Amino acid sequence: MSGTLDREEKAARIRHLLSTEGDSVERNTQGFNRGRYDAVADLSDYEELKSQARAVKEDAIARLPELIETVRESVQSRGGHVYLAEDAADANRYVREVVESENADSVVKSKSMTSEEIEVNDALREAGAEVWETDLGEFVLQVADEAPSHIVAPAIHKSEADIAELFNAHFDPDEPLETADDLTRFAREYLAERIAGADVGMTGANFVAADTGTLALVTSEGNARKTVAATDTHVAVAGVEKLLPRFEDVAPFVELIGRSGTGQDITSYVTFLTPPGDAPTMDFEDDSLSEGADNREFHLVLLDNGRMEMREDDQLRETLYCIRCSACANSCANFQHVGGHAFGGETYSGGIATGWEAGVHGLDSAAEFNDFCTGCTRCVNQCPVEIDIPWINTVVRDRLNRGESNKFDFLVDGLTPDEETESGGLDLQKRLFGNFPTLARLGSATAPVSNWVARAPGTRALAERALGVDSRRDLPEFQRESLREWFAARGGTTVRDADREAVLYPDPYTDYVAVERGKAAVRTLEALGVSVRIPDLPASGRAPLSQGMISTAESRAEAVADALAPHLDADRDVVVIEPSDLAMFRADYRKLLPEEAASRIADRSYELFEYLYGLLENGADADTLRASDGERVAYHSHCQQRTLGLEEYTTEVLGELGYDVVSSDAECCGMAGSFGYKREYYELSMDVGTDLRDQFADEERVVASGTSCCEQLAALRDETVGHPIRRIAPAE
Amino acid sequence: MTDEHGTETSENSTHTITSRDSHTLPMTGLVQQFDSEATDAGCEVRRAAVEDFAEEIADLLEPPAVGAPLPFDGVSLPERATTDPTPAELESAETGITPARFAVADYGSVAIESTPAGDEQVSLWPGHHVAVLAESDLVADMPAGIERVGEIARAGGDVVLATGPSATADMGELVLGAHGPRSVSVVLLEDR
Ligand code: SF4
Repeated sequence: MSGTLDREEKAARIRHLLSTEGDSVERNTQGFNRGRYDAVADLSDYEELKSQARAVKEDAIARLPELIETVRESVQSRGGHVYLAEDAADANRYVREVVESENADSVVKSKSMTSEEIEVNDALREAGAEVWETDLGEFVLQVADEAPSHIVAPAIHKSEADIAELFNAHFDPDEPLETADDLTRFAREYLAERIAGADVGMTGANFVAADTGTLALVTSEGNARKTVAATDTHVAVAGVEKLLPRFEDVAPFVELIGRSGTGQDITSYVTFLTPPGDAPTMDFEDDSLSEGADNREFHLVLLDNGRMEMREDDQLRETLYCIRCSACANSCANFQHVGGHAFGGETYSGGIATGWEAGVHGLDSAAEFNDFCTGCTRCVNQCPVEIDIPWINTVVRDRLNRGESNKFDFLVDGLTPDEETESGGLDLQKRLFGNFPTLARLGSATAPVSNWVARAPGTRALAERALGVDSRRDLPEFQRESLREWFAARGGTTVRDADREAVLYPDPYTDYVAVERGKAAVRTLEALGVSVRIPDLPASGRAPLSQGMISTAESRAEAVADALAPHLDADRDVVVIEPSDLAMFRADYRKLLPEEAASRIADRSYELFEYLYGLLENGADADTLRASDGERVAYHSHCQQRTLGLEEYTTEVLGELGYDVVSSDAECCGMAGSFGYKREYYELSMDVGTDLRDQFADEERVVASGTSCCEQLAALRDETVGHPIRRIAPAE
Repeated sequence: MTDEHGTETSENSTHTITSRDSHTLPMTGLVQQFDSEATDAGCEVRRAAVEDFAEEIADLLEPPAVGAPLPFDGVSLPERATTDPTPAELESAETGITPARFAVADYGSVAIESTPAGDEQVSLWPGHHVAVLAESDLVADMPAGIERVGEIARAGGDVVLATGPSATADMGELVLGAHGPRSVSVVLLEDR
């Protein structure tokens, strides 16, 4: 994904999806997302359940080969069959043989993403059997001949009116169908006949208990139950990662999966099948029920298809813990707007799909949509098994960067010095955004000339063509005097002999572009009695990390650790204005540095308002700051700041100083670092931004912590939007 | 529907369990919790003493009805409920009556265990499912519920934890009664 043409095509495709499917996807996913927040708030032991679920999955995946043997024994001991399928073709061959040996000419299915992954329907049709999807959403897609746009609610992109139009055209009913009620009743009756006529029932499984051979199916409609009850032969297809060691291990998942997905405390049916079970079989032709369940046949097809390799892969292994609840899709601002037809690969969609697609279909499938993850981290705390979903996206992006063997432009390479020698194939746009710190330094050194050049129409057109920087975006305006130059010129800090010494981290944006917020931070810290230093510190590595340049980010992290070491030795705190850099120090460095070095930085670094809050709580005098008499301020926190639980410090401090604060609940502003600057994502970025714009439509004073949030809000509101520190800093 | 204590709807925050019994046993915390959770999930919850059960079920039964045997002392299916139903009887039934093996109070879920008498089918095909539960079979929470399911699974049995009616939002709006029942009643046997 690097050429101009590709970018135009991608932009056009996104524009098309935004206008056709965007509204429906947005309404549904935002509904699920709100439901999730409410439903998990009811769980007093939510965090504990997540940790439990995580521990079960870690243990299960570690012991997977043993669990496969255990389940083989437990299922076989009750007369069932277990087949470990190497790949999709192998699984399909097995299923086809079962269907052929039953002389089945009709198969009914309940919803299963794993069966989508192997595309078993095609295989069955080739074997001459009819296949019917009985999940109503899947049935809609079968009629429409479309792919799922969401892993839990597959037809989420279609509205009631879309489905009515589809059914009326396809089935030509006596009375045209209009309401969801009509459509549901029609589909139910239509499928009841298919279920009655079917010979084989296929299901997936959400969990498989190895010790008892029990399948757990989490559903709402009742179609999975009917699929099993009405047929004599049950074929369940499940990825090997669904195995749990003990039956009782399923408990935390039962409490978490519905809540995390559609926001229901529990779905209507959680079915536990230990085949053959005791339910009689049904003969619809003879109109009779059997005496017992002796004639029930059961096949469990466990699918490998790349999973055993994922298990060996230190970075992709976590993907196998995924229970496919869809929280990471529903909580993702980009997903909410564009849906799984863009933000998805061959089978899976949403943030974790990058891991699944890379693992089961290969890197190429992940490459198609991996960019939609901006690394905002809003999904991280929502995942019931605590998967670091953005990290998996970063890792896959890094692998894609390395694997891409296209152009190598020496000119741009010269502009964007990148120590990473193996990155010769890296997309030019990624190089540009990965090297913002260098660009900022150069831009400031040559300002205002650099700003004039950047604004010149020819430059913008060139930047769009060569680098994919959307020409509709304002570019950052570099200041001639950097924050550090200003600080040095005033003779450093004005506070001597203080109890507290802090290093204010000069991120490149604060240093060269938003210099005023840096100055405001210095004045505020000093007013509260802190002796401030602004040493020359290297860039955090956030920019290269967001472009998937992990080894560059690693060397930046090492450089930061070295440069901070003397300050940490001297017992100084590190105060960070830009939340995405703070997230590096507090979270991402744990992946990039040795544990001790990472903890040392994490323990001593603070977000600016978090630090101010601490100072005020410890007796610093708030009277030295600019208070207000109830001035209304609308505040948008930064994604990563929220994930770290740091939003409240800003609202608390502002509130303490007498401001009347309202904060946004839009998951993301849409800019997400460099994402919104990219030609192919500009429109999506602005579409995502409308949620925030609408929320703050009636607000007069808007502030935001993140650089890119400020830029985005400025574009959406057509006014300058600044950091909250500028409201409260004492005057110069 | 009438009864001597009056019927309250689920929207009402002062919801109380309806009962025909004039000397109702006091509700334990578990019963109260189950009642409120199951009601929230869209079930109608009633409470009856064994001696009043027949009258209660007669009130709930909309013919044609099918049923699975009720394993509680002093309680039996009404005459009008067909046992060992055929597929055609299942498909045309309005009401299906089954026992619930146990229930999870803090989710309002009832556990329906498959038996050779067709509990699974009887609870699933008709439009209205009536689950009969002994109050002593209430368990507090999901870990306790899963323990119970585990015992059944280890013996080779199938169980569904059913919470409210079947539902779908796949057609654009929430619709009750997708493939399974449109409505669910739970009758709690207060002295069992
Ligand atoms: S990664 Fe986590 S949040 Fe996303 S679908 Fe899987 S389990 Fe759910």
